[in-house]
Amino acid sequence: MKIAVCVKHVPDATAQKRLDASTFRLDRTGEGALNPTDLNAIEEALRIQAAHGGEVVVVTLGPAKATDSLRKALAMGVDRSILVTDDAAAGSDLLATSAALAAVLANEAPDLTLFGQASSDGDGAVLWAAVADRLRRPLISQVATLTIEAGTVTGKRQTEFGYDRITAPLPAVVAVSDAINEPRYPSLKGIMGAKAKPQAVLSLADLGLGADASGEAGSRTRVVAVAPPAPKAGRVRIDDDGTAAEKIVAYLIERKLA
Amino acid sequence: MAPTLVFLEHHDGVLQQGALGVLAKALSLGGDVAGVVLGAGQAVAATCGATVYVCDDPALAVPLPQPRVDALEALVAQTGAETVLFAASVLAADVAAGLAARLGAGLNWDLTDLRLEDGDLIGTRTAFGDTVVVDVAWKGTPRIGLVRAGAFEPAEAAGVANMIPFDATFQGFSSLAKLVERTHEESSGPSIEDADVIVAGGRGLGRAENFSLCEALAKELGGAVGATRAVVDAGWYPYSAQVGQTGKSVSPRLYIACGISGAIQHKVGMQSSGTIVAINKDQNAPIFDFADLGVVGDVEQVVPKLTALLRARA
Ligand SMILES: Cc1cc2nc3c(=O)[nH]c(=O)nc-3n(C[C@H](O)[C@H](O)[C@H](O)COP(=O)(O)OP(=O)(O)OC[C@H]3O[C@@H](n4cnc5c(N)ncnc54)[C@H](O)[C@@H]3O)c2cc1C
Ligand SMILES: Nc1ncnc2c1ncn2[C@@H]1O[C@H](COP(=O)(O)O)[C@@H](O)[C@H]1O
Repeated sequence: MKIAVCVKHVPDATAQKRLDASTFRLDRTGEGALNPTDLNAIEEALRIQAAHGGEVVVVTLGPAKATDSLRKALAMGVDRSILVTDDAAAGSDLLATSAALAAVLANEAPDLTLFGQASSDGDGAVLWAAVADRLRRPLISQVATLTIEAGTVTGKRQTEFGYDRITAPLPAVVAVSDAINEPRYPSLKGIMGAKAKPQAVLSLADLGLGADASGEAGSRTRVVAVAPPAPKAGRVRIDDDGTAAEKIVAYLIERKLA
Repeated sequence: MAPTLVFLEHHDGVLQQGALGVLAKALSLGGDVAGVVLGAGQAVAATCGATVYVCDDPALAVPLPQPRVDALEALVAQTGAETVLFAASVLAADVAAGLAARLGAGLNWDLTDLRLEDGDLIGTRTAFGDTVVVDVAWKGTPRIGLVRAGAFEPAEAAGVANMIPFDATFQGFSSLAKLVERTHEESSGPSIEDADVIVAGGRGLGRAENFSLCEALAKELGGAVGATRAVVDAGWYPYSAQVGQTGKSVSPRLYIACGISGAIQHKVGMQSSGTIVAINKDQNAPIFDFADLGVVGDVEQVVPKLTALLRARA
């Protein structure tokens, strides 16, 4: 069983995210981290591997610095990583990103391709559907419980109307929800061993993709204006020093809410 | 003229309000606008009050995305549609992104408004947890847009539609995924829609048993208990209490969020609450961007104390 996990290197949760005023691109100069909900996809892959054997590979399209996030995945137990990085890929939208990932996945031909719930910067929760269409593989998204049996993947997921159980034959594309598992922390041994694991770095040319299929040239959406955030009037913020409960009560009484 | 198509999602024979809202918005922008009803068609389609394309192929009988990409690809080719709009849902998001890849088209998501500027379609969306407002556009056509849940109100009266049937061919891989079961877990549990006060719990409660902290506080305030998808999916609390995009939309006078990060999909279900109080130990949690009173603290410490203080007052 070969499992590929698509993961993203995103600005760290503590970093102030901002769009560059001239390019309208996300300013990626600050600290980065592995996208939190992708940890669930990695964890699920490792659990499936523990039960069914095989190999787990993480795949990302991102800046050279994304190696930091890939190393964390390797430290968790993933076998190898593939980074697609190229100056011409900067500014890729859904369409361009899906083209690059699909090219890698077509070469790798995994039995199962996993995605996380959503990227914390783009928050589209859509990329998997574009990749599945390009790969011509069945798709199950938003999966909160996943089972693999006899060449079939079954996912249970919530919709607006209750819960669905969906099955698909492998190879398939599955996006998992953040409720599917509790991601492990890398062990010291894992961290030490990560460096020695295979870490491929590919350019667009390596994937046979022209510059027109990636980056801004390969994108079909554009940002035309960015407005500053609305001022946060009337927000009260307190740090609990042991008296937060009293302060909440006072706040509620003042507003006749208690 | 090349039409704008609006994907009209339906469930149990009822067109979804969000989709009808997008249809109303598209009609208000003018031009040639038509709805699209896929699967289980005629009766459903008749209620939308606009021109509607209907494909009743058995491949569309179950609500899965991939055959819908095939059908919309065929309809875009047949009509020359320049824009295809969707109201966000679990199903619609997958259809929209699959269609974008199929057509080589741009997809802008989480749109909260749409307008024409010199004949060009411009969308408004927010980014980074609603902290900045961004105007987005498309390069070339078709343009695909996914509208945030609840962004537009449906128009009042919906008359009888002008129905245009169409056919599609379906890809082999599109029907490999099968829906084997759909369960409604709606009936069990308390109703939260009419509650004046909601005390909601998220994964920050740490474990299912800690929902008793929310229950005790809710009882003191005469309110109901809500939950996030993460804890509902984990089996900590019933689906009927879930607040958010795939759960309930609520607007109580007071909403107290305990150990909730404040993801967009949760926010869309509770942002119209009168006063929002959030207790979260991570000062960077997105919920602090829209809570009226943000408390950086541990729910296990703060919530029981709060309950005790309110009880002492009573
Ligand atoms: C299509 C789609 C639909 C969705 N629909 C919904 C929906 O309807 N409703 C919904 O809620 N979500 C929905 N989601 C999921 C949503 O994106 C988030 O994943 C979810 O809301 C997170 O739940 P949470 O806040 O409980 O958990 P987390 O995001 O894990 O947040 C837990 C928070 O608790 C804090 N915390 C931890 N320990 C403590 C402590 N001891 N004291 C205080 N704070 C603590 C942490 O700092 C963290 O901020 C949907 C997602 C998608 C993609
Ligand atoms: N640049 C990327 N490289 C690899 N995987 C990605 C990338 N961006 C997003 N993903 C994956 O797609 C999921 C959904 O992303 P999004 O649609 O951007 O919210 C993420 O959780 C990741 O699993």
